Amino acid sequence: MNLEKVIFGFFIVLAATLNFGFFVGDIGNPTYHHVYELFAAIVVNLIATVLKFGDRTQIGAIHLATSLVADLQLLAAAGVWAYAVHITGEGMTPSITASVVSLSGGALLANIVSLAILIAETVMMRR
Amino acid sequence: MGSVFFIVLRRMRAPLITLIVIYAVSILGLVLIAGVDANGKPTPPLSFFHAFYFVSYTASTIGFGEIPAAFSDAQRMWATVTIYLSVIGWTYSILTILALFSDRAFQQALAASRFHRRVERIAEPFYLVCGCGETGGLLIHALDRLGMRFVVVELEETRIVELELEDFRSDTPSLVADASQPQTLLLAGLRHPKCRGVLALTNHDDANLAIAVAVRLLNPAIPVLCRAERTDMAARMAAFGADHIVNPFDIFGQLLAQAVHAPASYRLHEWLIGTPGTKQRAGDDPPRGHWVICGYGRFGRSVVAQLAREGMDIALIDPNAEAAPGFRVIVGSGIEESALRAVGVPEAEGLVAGTDDDINNLSIAAAARRLNPGLFIVVRQNQQARHELFEAFDADLTVVPSEIVAHACLALLTTPLLPSFLRLAEKQDDEWAWSLLARMRLQIGEEVPECWSVRIDAEAAAAAVDWLANDGASLPLSALLADPAERELQLRCVPLLWRRDGDERLVPAGNDELQAGDEILFAGTHEARARQELILQNANALDYVLTGREANSGWLWGWLMSARKA
Repeated sequence: MNLEKVIFGFFIVLAATLNFGFFVGDIGNPTYHHVYELFAAIVVNLIATVLKFGDRTQIGAIHLATSLVADLQLLAAAGVWAYAVHITGEGMTPSITASVVSLSGGALLANIVSLAILIAETVMMRR
Repeated sequence: MGSVFFIVLRRMRAPLITLIVIYAVSILGLVLIAGVDANGKPTPPLSFFHAFYFVSYTASTIGFGEIPAAFSDAQRMWATVTIYLSVIGWTYSILTILALFSDRAFQQALAASRFHRRVERIAEPFYLVCGCGETGGLLIHALDRLGMRFVVVELEETRIVELELEDFRSDTPSLVADASQPQTLLLAGLRHPKCRGVLALTNHDDANLAIAVAVRLLNPAIPVLCRAERTDMAARMAAFGADHIVNPFDIFGQLLAQAVHAPASYRLHEWLIGTPGTKQRAGDDPPRGHWVICGYGRFGRSVVAQLAREGMDIALIDPNAEAAPGFRVIVGSGIEESALRAVGVPEAEGLVAGTDDDINNLSIAAAARRLNPGLFIVVRQNQQARHELFEAFDADLTVVPSEIVAHACLALLTTPLLPSFLRLAEKQDDEWAWSLLARMRLQIGEEVPECWSVRIDAEAAAAAVDWLANDGASLPLSALLADPAERELQLRCVPLLWRRDGDERLVPAGNDELQAGDEILFAGTHEARARQELILQNANALDYVLTGREANSGWLWGWLMSARKA
């Protein structure tokens, strides 16, 4: 067992699960989508991205790309949230909630791709 | 560049993750801890947005204060933790970056990628010089003087640093690396379309062999020149198809033998491969008779073999009595007067001080000169740095292996016809060599001439090829020997060799007619070479030397002249 692989897998899966946790629930209802969960998803996604730095293989490159996409989507969601709550003062209306959650949905897709690559890589190794 | 980028990313993983975690913990603390208002009533904690804002300016030590409202004591406590955590995180990141930039492996990766980019950008033909010790140093300076480009790979960093301080005419990419590694050669442009040849000049025969093998397998189209000091290694290089193998000891041995049996052709040889612009060596030729050789190593062996073939009476001084079976060997280092007397120095005609220690060689030579002031002395100089000592001693012949290799390589690179000429010239008798020498002295002067070859083709001789394309046009060799400014005058150069379809002829005459594809070797002054180039490239100059007409180049003028004639 390789500790590096454990940590790597842990963060990738955790990033996807947290993202999923934030995403599930009625898309326009802010009570189903807690901002703490979005925060946790962003932090874990960033860590997962950095863990993917420095791998020169083709698979490593795709890994990094999916993570960057997820980061971008989640940060955009956080940006929309901060804009609505603090700048316009509009608060979490159903439409704002829907756009935050749909952005995180995009990130979830990227995270699922990342998971699929992780599984494919593991199956390829067969060890 | 790729590898440098990846090294940075890989090394920055830990500090970046530390930073992310510190930010996350700090923000999380702030969004959980309740605040307080002016009346002491608890207020809700900071939102994520405000917490991120606060941590950002605190972590970067900007410190705007407690925004958006004054903190509660609990918040202040957490803010203190945040300050210390973030300072530690940033310090760690910055130190990692600094350590990375001073890291040797990183710097090497950086230097290699920069070197590779510079090599990639070279647009002119260049040579790849492996090993830039004394020999390589001499050679690259000569190449630079001739306006050729080169790439240098050298194992020793100090040499590369010296090179960077030197002032070359062209950009000279250099790399500290082991040239016997194929990756290094590829990095240095072995497969570059403009790479004209590889020179393996390192101090180690093994490395030179490895370079020859790599070049043969990775880019068979380009020639490789190898320096070899051991005969067995030279044979292995030849077996692997090295195009030219330069063994300084063999070259000198042969030259010495030639000097003994054919002084004129030796002088001719020495003159042609010398450094252009220097004066020709004056002095006696090595005499026949009793010769004493001190040191029976690689150099001594080669000299003894050649001199023995000339029928000289040879005696040796060597620490090992069994070193040379068949010869009289006196055991000793050669510094002792007793050994020099025993070997017969007072009656000898010549002495070779050929050990691999410069100071030893000088003391042997000095002791021998005391015993026999008329002795012909040959000393071997191993290190360029001792040049002044050897110059002050002023032996009849000073052998500098690095110079021999550099000259031989240079001649092979710049004038591929010269080795053919020298080979043919060796077969001629001394009378022939004397007359050619006299002719060259008369026409060129006392200075060592430049040698160059000319090929009658569209690239090097556009005007001549155009002229030859006319029906019935003939181009005598004398046209290339006339001054394009005044055709009655001769250029200061002498044709040495003429090659057509593999046939070679020594010293062609002026009325020989040239054809496209011919190659001619000339020796002469630099100025003569430039003027000859003008004849070959400029149709007006060629027309003038052939016919004596001052040609009219302009179309309008030409039309007017023909209209008047009609």
